[in-house]
This record gives sequence, structure tokens and C-alpha cells, in this order.
Amino acid sequence: MAKREAEKTSKTVTGSMTVKRGLAEMLKGGVIMDVVNPEQAKIAEDAGACAVMALERVPADIRRDGGVARMSDPEMIEGIQAVCSIPVMAKARIGHFVEAQVLESLGVDFIDESEVLTPADEAHHIDKLMFTSPFVCGATNLGEALRRISEGAALIRSKGEAGTGNIVEAVRHLRSIIGDIRKITQADSAELFEWAKRLQAPLPLVQEVAETGWLPVPLFCAGGIATPSDAALAMQLGAQAVFVGSGIFKSDDPAPRAKAIVEATTHFRDADIIAKVSRNLGLPMTGIGMDKIEQRYAERGW
Amino acid sequence: MVRVSQGSSKKVVGVLALQGAFESHKKVLNELDVVSLEVRTPQDLPQVDALIMPGGESTTMSQLLESSDLYEPIKKLIHEGMPVFGTCAGMILLAKKIIDGRDDQISFGAIEIEVQRNAYGRQVDSFEADVEVEGLVPAFHAVFIRAPKILQAGKDVEVLASFGSDVVLARQKNVLVASFHPELSQDGRIHELFVKEI
Repeated sequence: MAKREAEKTSKTVTGSMTVKRGLAEMLKGGVIMDVVNPEQAKIAEDAGACAVMALERVPADIRRDGGVARMSDPEMIEGIQAVCSIPVMAKARIGHFVEAQVLESLGVDFIDESEVLTPADEAHHIDKLMFTSPFVCGATNLGEALRRISEGAALIRSKGEAGTGNIVEAVRHLRSIIGDIRKITQADSAELFEWAKRLQAPLPLVQEVAETGWLPVPLFCAGGIATPSDAALAMQLGAQAVFVGSGIFKSDDPAPRAKAIVEATTHFRDADIIAKVSRNLGLPMTGIGMDKIEQRYAERGW
Repeated sequence: MVRVSQGSSKKVVGVLALQGAFESHKKVLNELDVVSLEVRTPQDLPQVDALIMPGGESTTMSQLLESSDLYEPIKKLIHEGMPVFGTCAGMILLAKKIIDGRDDQISFGAIEIEVQRNAYGRQVDSFEADVEVEGLVPAFHAVFIRAPKILQAGKDVEVLASFGSDVVLARQKNVLVASFHPELSQDGRIHELFVKEI
């Protein structure tokens, strides 16, 4: 570490918004896979994952077990960092800035302030501008996305409904976020004030969306992706990369499914390739309907 | 060396779009009024006069180059003189030798450099800094993300920029490489250097 620091001049800047959003840019077009141990991390990297999310239980198991879900054991995260050459992400509870501090001290590449874990604060999210590590946050609509960005999130993902193997909620969130972006680009300058009020989002960010036609940070899809077609659906709807949680390691045969989802994400507009990679993958995770769910994780966060 | 694209006299720059920051490269090219095309399959290659390999994960791109049947045709085009520009992960893909890569990771071996993946550290060590580039005034504000480092460069490799003791921008014949991300800098001058050669 000392040697590395010595090589940089005094004019280098770390932890800037450019550097944080820069890593999010590098993940585009890729698949970020949930893994619970180094063996799964190797399978994910072998299959072509662009990053892994290190956690103790995948969302499907958190849902089954109930109780309080917290940040993973640092020992377990370091075990995964040791076998991976790709970026390693990990989750902190909403509002639990000390868990985030611990993850930063471990050198985690991206911190997910995640509704999949039990929230630690019922009113406040983490002040993400205080950190050198970049953060990804979930959103169900454009207002929520812009509030997270104003707090310093470098990447937004749909919340979907994690651990269900059901893509319907992620589709709802992507359509809501991207649909409202499209409407805002058509609004005149006076209407943008009303949009900011309605979205409960900072006016300058609403104006930026109106001008650029996109969020100031990348938008990925998460929650319920179980098949190559699910991944391609998210991409065609406008997501720029996908997170796959329980969908890989809760399926019959994780390695080929992981590889197929990677290829479908790259070739998301090519139905012939999606058809080819979708063959003989074994059973996907069983999945659950939204009417069978007791706790909607997407409702966590404010 | 010059290949004419079909149906247009304007040169087309392909951007390898298997994974990574291909959209950012397209944005810079668009601002320079250069036509670009996302390359995902061998059928895309005859339409391009040059190719950019973006930043992203080199291990992911390496696997997708093979599964998409792009490795051999791109290797042939580079050998025939097609201009290529690799940034970060793209530089790793073009390098002769990779340190700390995966055993099954492929590269085009198109430029005589030895690169070490993630040599500047994890994301918390990612940084931005001014870099003096041969022929460019003022200095170029460069963004390094989990950047690879050029450990050695062969005698035929032209060094265009260094940062501290490290070579960060280099060229050998039709191959240009950067360990940083000119596509993230709101400054098209390094892309201009590349486009000029097409």
C-alpha cells in the first residue's frame, strides 16, 4: 500500500464521483452474480460474470429463514475477494453506515445499500457522499432513484422482488423509471418544478434528466431474473446490466445457466442466440407468485 | 491497410460491445462526428474500418470473444493492419503477456507489452490525475479505474504518455493502448489521435 501511494503524485484524486460512476460504466452489459462462498464465486467468474455480490444467504433463503438479515461476515467476504479477480460487491443494511464503513475498510469494490437486508433506519439512508467506495441503491420509481443519487449513489438498480424468481416487479420498476424519464424529456421548464415536487426529488437532478434524457448514473436491473430471456427482457426494456441473485445458484445446474445468462445479456436483441443458449439448462429456480409473499422487500427504503 | 466500408465514404469505427463501457466510447465518437457501430458478432465486422476495445472486465470479454466467434476474425483483421484502440480491459486484450489474469484468458498479442491486471489496486484506489501526453497541451485529465499497469514494453513500442514511472499510453503500428479511460474524461483528444490514423 505504501509503495502504491508513493507512486502517485499529490495531484491524484480518489473517491470522486467520476471515479465512482466510472466503475459503474465498466459493469455495463454484464451480469453481477450473488455468491455465498468462494466455490460459487469461481463458478461465477468462470461463467463470465463482470462482478460478484458476496453475501451469506441468497435472497430466496433470507425470505425462507426470516429473522434479521445483516451484513455478511468479513471473513466470508475476504474469502471471496481472495479467489476473484473481478470486482466484489457486498451489502449493507439501509441506513447502517457502520456496516458500510466496515465494507469500505475491507476494500469492497461496490457497496449495495440493500432492501434485501433488514433496514437499520426507518427514515434515513446512508450519506453515501462521505465514502470513498461507490454505492449502488435500489429504486422502484424515478423519484426514489433521484433521491438515492442526491445522497451519492453511483449506480441505481431496480428493486424487483428479490428471491422470488419472478421478473414482474423488476419490469414494473424499470417501466416506471424509464417511462417517467421519457415524459420528463417532453416537459417544458415550468413543468419541471411540478415534476420535482411530484417525484420528491431535487430540482437540479430533474432538470439534468430532462436535458440528457437519462439518469446521471447507470441503471441496472435486479430482482427476479431466473432465465436468459429474463435478462434480455430487462436489457431490451432499457436496463444497462443485470444482477442475478437467487436465480443462478437456486437452479438445478448453476454453471451452464450462469454462462447462458451472460451470453443473453450481451446479445439481448438477438433472439436466435437467446434461443440457442436457453436449451437444456435444467430447471430454473421454482419461484413464487406475488400473492404468496408475506414481506415485500421493495417497500423498504424511503 | 485502408478498408472501405460498404455504402458510405465515411469511416466507421466499431466499438466492441460484448461488455463494458462501450456506450461512453460511442458518445465521444459521436461528439467528434465519427460514425460508430456496436460490434457483437462476426457479421458486424465487415462494416467497420477500425475497432475500439473498451474498459470493462477482460475475463468476461475474453470468454465472450470466443463464444461469439469473434476472436479469430478480429485477430486476422488486426494482423492485416486494421487500427485498434484498447482502453483498460481493452489494453489487456491486446497485450502480448498478461500477469494476474485467468489461465484460460485469451489475448490478441498485438502489442509487445506485459500488463498486470488491477495493478493499481481495488476500487478504493481508483483515481483521476493529469497526464502529460506527447503532443497534447494542456495535459489530459485521465481516469484510472481498477487499472492495469504496463510492466514492460518492447523496443518497437512508442511511449506516448507516462504517469510517474509507468507507461500509460502507447502505440505499436496499428495498435494503440491506454491503461486509463479517455472515454470518461469529456475530452476527445485521445480519440482524435486514434481516428486520425484510420
